[in-house]
Amino acid sequence: MPTGDGQRVANRPFLRLTGVRKAYPGVVALAGFDMAVGHGEVIGLVGENGAGKSTLMKVLGGVIRPDSGTIEIDGIVLDGLTVGQSMKAGIAFVHQELNLFDNLDVAANVFIGREPRVGGLLNLVDERRMRGDVTPLLKRLGANFSADTPLGRLSLAQQQLVEIAKALSLSARLVILDEPTSSLPLAETDRLLEVIAGLRDEGVSVIFISHRLGEIERVADRVVVLRDGQRVGELERAEISHDRMVQLMIGRDLKVADTSERAGRGSVALSARAIRTAAFPHRAVDFDLHAGEILGLAGLVGSGRTELARALFGVDESFGGAVTLDGRRLQVRNSSDALAAGVFLVPEDRKGAGILLDLPIVENITLPNLRAYATGGFVSKARERQQAETSRRELGIKAPSVETRTGSLSGGNQQKVVLAKWLAMRPRVLIFDEPTRGIDVGAKSEIYRLMRELADSGVAVLMISSDMEEVIGVSDRIAVMHEGAISGVLERADFTEQNILLLAVGRSIARPGQIGETLK
Amino acid sequence: MNKKDLGLLVLIVVVGLVVYLRNPLFLSPNNLANTANLIGLFGLFAIGQGFVIITGGIELSVGSIIALLGVLFVDLVGSKGVPWPIAMAIVIALGLLLGLIHGLLITRLKMQPFVVTLCGLLIYRGVARGYTADATAGFPFGSEYPGLDFFVARIGGVPVSVFVLAIVAVIAWFTLHRSVFGRYLFAIGKNEEAARFSGIRTGMVVTAAYVICAGLTALAAIFFAMYTRSVQPSSQGNFYELYAIAAAVLGGFSLRGGEGSIVGVVLGTVLLQELQNLVNLLGIPSSLNFAVMGGVILIGVLIDQQWGVFRARRRIGEIARAGPQQGG
Repeated sequence: MPTGDGQRVANRPFLRLTGVRKAYPGVVALAGFDMAVGHGEVIGLVGENGAGKSTLMKVLGGVIRPDSGTIEIDGIVLDGLTVGQSMKAGIAFVHQELNLFDNLDVAANVFIGREPRVGGLLNLVDERRMRGDVTPLLKRLGANFSADTPLGRLSLAQQQLVEIAKALSLSARLVILDEPTSSLPLAETDRLLEVIAGLRDEGVSVIFISHRLGEIERVADRVVVLRDGQRVGELERAEISHDRMVQLMIGRDLKVADTSERAGRGSVALSARAIRTAAFPHRAVDFDLHAGEILGLAGLVGSGRTELARALFGVDESFGGAVTLDGRRLQVRNSSDALAAGVFLVPEDRKGAGILLDLPIVENITLPNLRAYATGGFVSKARERQQAETSRRELGIKAPSVETRTGSLSGGNQQKVVLAKWLAMRPRVLIFDEPTRGIDVGAKSEIYRLMRELADSGVAVLMISSDMEEVIGVSDRIAVMHEGAISGVLERADFTEQNILLLAVGRSIARPGQIGETLK
Repeated sequence: MNKKDLGLLVLIVVVGLVVYLRNPLFLSPNNLANTANLIGLFGLFAIGQGFVIITGGIELSVGSIIALLGVLFVDLVGSKGVPWPIAMAIVIALGLLLGLIHGLLITRLKMQPFVVTLCGLLIYRGVARGYTADATAGFPFGSEYPGLDFFVARIGGVPVSVFVLAIVAVIAWFTLHRSVFGRYLFAIGKNEEAARFSGIRTGMVVTAAYVICAGLTALAAIFFAMYTRSVQPSSQGNFYELYAIAAAVLGGFSLRGGEGSIVGVVLGTVLLQELQNLVNLLGIPSSLNFAVMGGVILIGVLIDQQWGVFRARRRIGEIARAGPQQGG
């Protein structure tokens, strides 16, 4: 295999793909794709879902063989890789969904499946050697945990470091990170981007796949844009910009959202006073949510935003405090109370909590309000289908039929199904928790449009988001949470990343006079 | 009726045919009526078990409840002189109460169904034996209870239990497959979290499943007590929970929850009783009874799953040949 051939030509790239083509029946996933990855180079790979990224990953991982084209590693030309060849060449993957065991410690995770043994026939795991090998790797990554920390105690970002440590322990020369930051808070994202830069400095190549173009902008040496299975553009370091990337990705200009000033917001719809959640029992949350506005809720992950949403929706207990809806006291003991009041939640964990993957679209849409489709306790399938067809048309859910299993839809369409079930029930307050996580650019803008239409129709929208661009682009006002309490509220004039970040880490912002009233 | 149920039905007919050819007594009116009676009795609580399994839970105390409530019923009627309709009401109410306790322990106090009902299995059996000091509970010799014979009567040669099962099955079918409550059960079994986020009071729905299960088990307990006429607290209902679970599994229920049908669990019960009958009629030593049952269940589930794997692969193959789709 091509590793360690000694005579490395100075500018010969580590990896070069030439004319790689892979067709599936009815669709060409990769249509003559070219790309080169230099030693110690960070490539940002962007493209909408369906552009061919996952096929490309499979080709590099040796899972599928291209129909034509060549893969050159360290100068050795091959017309396809096997899984073994890919591993031996030092190509390692860190997937979006981590493949780790939270009941084992860090070292055990790094060595899972290839544990060093001692004790001959006893076949014991050589714990000492595992720890000895993992500790320097963790140090190299600047990790603030040790080899024997139980994985379950680590944050998502720390777990990602474990995955990277695993890649390094396999002496990876190319690490491919597939959407590593999609579920990371801001501060931890920064750490990860630093780690990527560190890898580059050590001569490890990185392919960084992300929908968050700001991060690509920060870390990539070169950006490759993929569309319809082809490389539609390549941007050198100096040319990388958010707008250029979006343009190339979708082949046209796209605004994140309409940023024009809106007409004044309506009356207060939902008002929370001194709400406490189990995560931050010592902090009280106060805020007002107006009809017809989108209130962005920014903050670091773990600042209590999701807990607040869950408490308002009644899936978690809230402690003390009072919520009023349109001036009337609202008692939410469980989610069915919230539903009855018209307070709905589009949860963060779409697949685990938003929808039932195994049920057809129609049953997901009617589930929360099933009694409305029933006579004497028996469900009328005809009435259900009628509603589902209406929702499918109105929201533009792309699916062969409303009987399609919801799990087989794309992320964007799944999110529309979640939305459809609430829109079928006259929402008064709609809470979105990370509404566009893992959704591609095109579907994102549709979700934003729907949110705006809802607000314009008088619904009060609360949007939790860790995506700066989204918070700034979509919100009418932004409330920032820090350690379980709201640390400030920004009016549109004060929308800057810096202001949000300062409030998110609990500092006050530069021009305190101009912050909108600190709510109440 | 889906394909799985149809397959089970075919299996029942084929096994029946084989048994009949080896021993024509199989289709004698008496044998049929006896087997049908057992199907009626076992079917009642197997349907109850089905409701629990749909939610992803399990009810292991079925056999012990049958022993405890059987002992109580016979004792109330036989020695305490309680009129049987009142005794029946007491026993069924007690059954519902046990189900409620199980349901609340599981949903409110977040205990695991296996643990709660395993403890139930031990406790109720122990209480049943303690209550009678391990003696057999029976009716006084020569005593007559007008009306009670209803439980063991036959109408036109068909045992009453069969009619009762038919009625219960029809109600259960509508409840599980057509009602709002049934849809909630399936949703919770598939993903309780998502069900909760859809505003379903999951705790109440799950509790209701355990109440239904224990209620049907209590009804079955009375039938069993009347069928055996006397109740031996140490052996009455032994392993019956396993019959119920086996019937559900044969009938296409997933122990992970969210899958299953009433037709399936009834057919599963029929097959199990047919196998019992087969052991008797074909002169297989009755000590091998469980071995035959276990073997058939294992092979049945194995074939069913492998068939599913085969079909899924064939379908993927067809899609791959046929057609346009997105890649990426």
